Amino acid sequence: MPTTTGEPTTTGPTATGPAAVRRPRIRAGRQLHGGRVTYAVLTLFTLGSLFPLVWTAIAASRTNGRLAQTPPPFWFGGNLFKNLQIAWTDANMGTALLNTTVVAGTVAAGTVVFSTLAGFAFAKLRFRFKNLLMLLVIGTMMVPPQLSVVPLYMLIAELSWTDRLQSVILPTLVSAFGVFFMRQYLSEALPSEVIEAARVDGASSWRVVWHVVFPAARPAMAVLGMLTFVMAWNDFFWPIIALTQNGSPTVQVALTGLGRGYIPDQSVIMAGALLGTLPLLLAFVVFGRQIVGGIMQGAVKG
Amino acid sequence: MTPVTGTASGTAATAPSAEGGAAPERRPGTRGLAAAERRRERRSRWYRRDVRWSPYAFVAPFFLFFAAFGLFPLLYTGWASLHRVELTAPTDMEWVGLRNFARLLEDEFFWNALKNTFTIGVVSTVPQLLIALGIAHLLNYKLRGSMFFRVAALTPYATSVAAATLVFVLMFGRDYGMVNWALGLAGVEPVDWQNGEWTSQIAVSTIVVWRWTGYNALIYLAAMQAVPNDLYESAALDGASRWQQFVHVTIPSLRPTILFTCVVSTIGATQLFGEPLLFNGGGGATGGADHQFQTLGLYLYEQGWVNLHLGRASAIAWTMFLILLLIGAVNWLIVRRLRKST
Repeated sequence: MPTTTGEPTTTGPTATGPAAVRRPRIRAGRQLHGGRVTYAVLTLFTLGSLFPLVWTAIAASRTNGRLAQTPPPFWFGGNLFKNLQIAWTDANMGTALLNTTVVAGTVAAGTVVFSTLAGFAFAKLRFRFKNLLMLLVIGTMMVPPQLSVVPLYMLIAELSWTDRLQSVILPTLVSAFGVFFMRQYLSEALPSEVIEAARVDGASSWRVVWHVVFPAARPAMAVLGMLTFVMAWNDFFWPIIALTQNGSPTVQVALTGLGRGYIPDQSVIMAGALLGTLPLLLAFVVFGRQIVGGIMQGAVKG
Repeated sequence: MTPVTGTASGTAATAPSAEGGAAPERRPGTRGLAAAERRRERRSRWYRRDVRWSPYAFVAPFFLFFAAFGLFPLLYTGWASLHRVELTAPTDMEWVGLRNFARLLEDEFFWNALKNTFTIGVVSTVPQLLIALGIAHLLNYKLRGSMFFRVAALTPYATSVAAATLVFVLMFGRDYGMVNWALGLAGVEPVDWQNGEWTSQIAVSTIVVWRWTGYNALIYLAAMQAVPNDLYESAALDGASRWQQFVHVTIPSLRPTILFTCVVSTIGATQLFGEPLLFNGGGGATGGADHQFQTLGLYLYEQGWVNLHLGRASAIAWTMFLILLLIGAVNWLIVRRLRKST
């Protein structure tokens, strides 16, 4: 009997193998070259997609007085840093950004770990009620968040969690979509033989998870993490109920405070909107390719 | 690729005990053998337990959190909807039966919100999905800088509801807004986007369309790339033009994806909340002076957290759920009908 531990042989080639094999199938499609009209329409669409964001920055660099004139400004003014400063202090943007980072980071990490565990179990392990439980997971995707806000609010009020970050973290720490996503990925990307081999070598379930499943799932975990982070960062409905602007707001709640006219200065509001959007836009510049790939991958399988 | 797999035959049941985490010491002699035997048995018992119960441990976090923050609230909302509960004293519940639902059906603002949700839903979903389909078709061509176009299409998705709505409020301003300025260049009178019934709903829908069109385009693009190439080749051989290929090959292949996006967008539209809340400027949760763009989500928020009637808010939540189920059932019927016809 061979006495290898199984770790080096199982993680290396198999983790990248299936993904590399699958790529050509997804890429396969019509490869006609786009004509001039194609480029023109796509450029127009891109302008439409980006213009409101660019204009946010333009408006944030002007004064409130200038925004109350026609024609509206189309180029940057010199007031950006002053407006950013006012938004930063008056709307508590620093705290809000920090809070949102904590919330979105925790939610993304939790969702990724828990989804991978559950997804692995649903994809590769045998246990009773498996299909029934998976059906339940899919069913929970259909339940709108409105359906639980009232009791959730009562719950956090009872626990005195209003204005505490755990009130927005805990209810979103797991996601049915994540479980579904990881199950789909792992059932293809992780050959059952590798798990069996690790078992033969005496690995416990937790060792299998740590040394086989997590390495194999890493690409999907990265994608799920990014998608969840974006979603948690932008979440609005529940945070606006659970948090206030005076307590520990997330960026979205703080922005609402600006918009509601505590500070009626439009250019400052735009500066706040810019601050709240900038981190994600930067992430898009760096990870755009992966995020796009992740959404398209999730779409084919969902 | 995995040389280890060859050894799996036959030895699977006993093998694990030989190779634990820490290397077991093996001493010759009968006492040692008996001890080793016992140890081995213990290991294999432990192993069987591990295989049997670990799956439950892996799925447990999801179900524990779901039970606490999903299932329990869901059921409790149903319970609360049968009571009079005020936000000021959430623990004082007075049984009122179905009165919350009855009052809901008598409330003109409920019907108004239902109607608005429907119209804004249609006005935002239909153009959004049509444009997305067209853009996806173009993105499916071989393009220079295709990744740039894709990332750019997705950036609105990364913009929060709050940030996006605040910008659009400014752009749709009556006196100095950019939209009215541009319309003025074309000789159109300024439009009061916030106060008109139709205009405000169009403006709110625009925000939704802006945020989600690129996202849906990428979903369609993914589905288009999974369409086998030979379908197009044989269509081309039969003399089909590009447009005919799009209509007769692309669209039918995309049918499941299109239905999927329809369902997701419909669910999203029923829950519309942030856009109408913030489009109102400082006006709060009424959805405009005449409730002209108040959606069901906003109406729920107004009843629960402005008027402090949590019981009635719960009734609205359950009504929304029933409406969603109804939409789901209709969708399912359509899917079945479509499957039969193909």
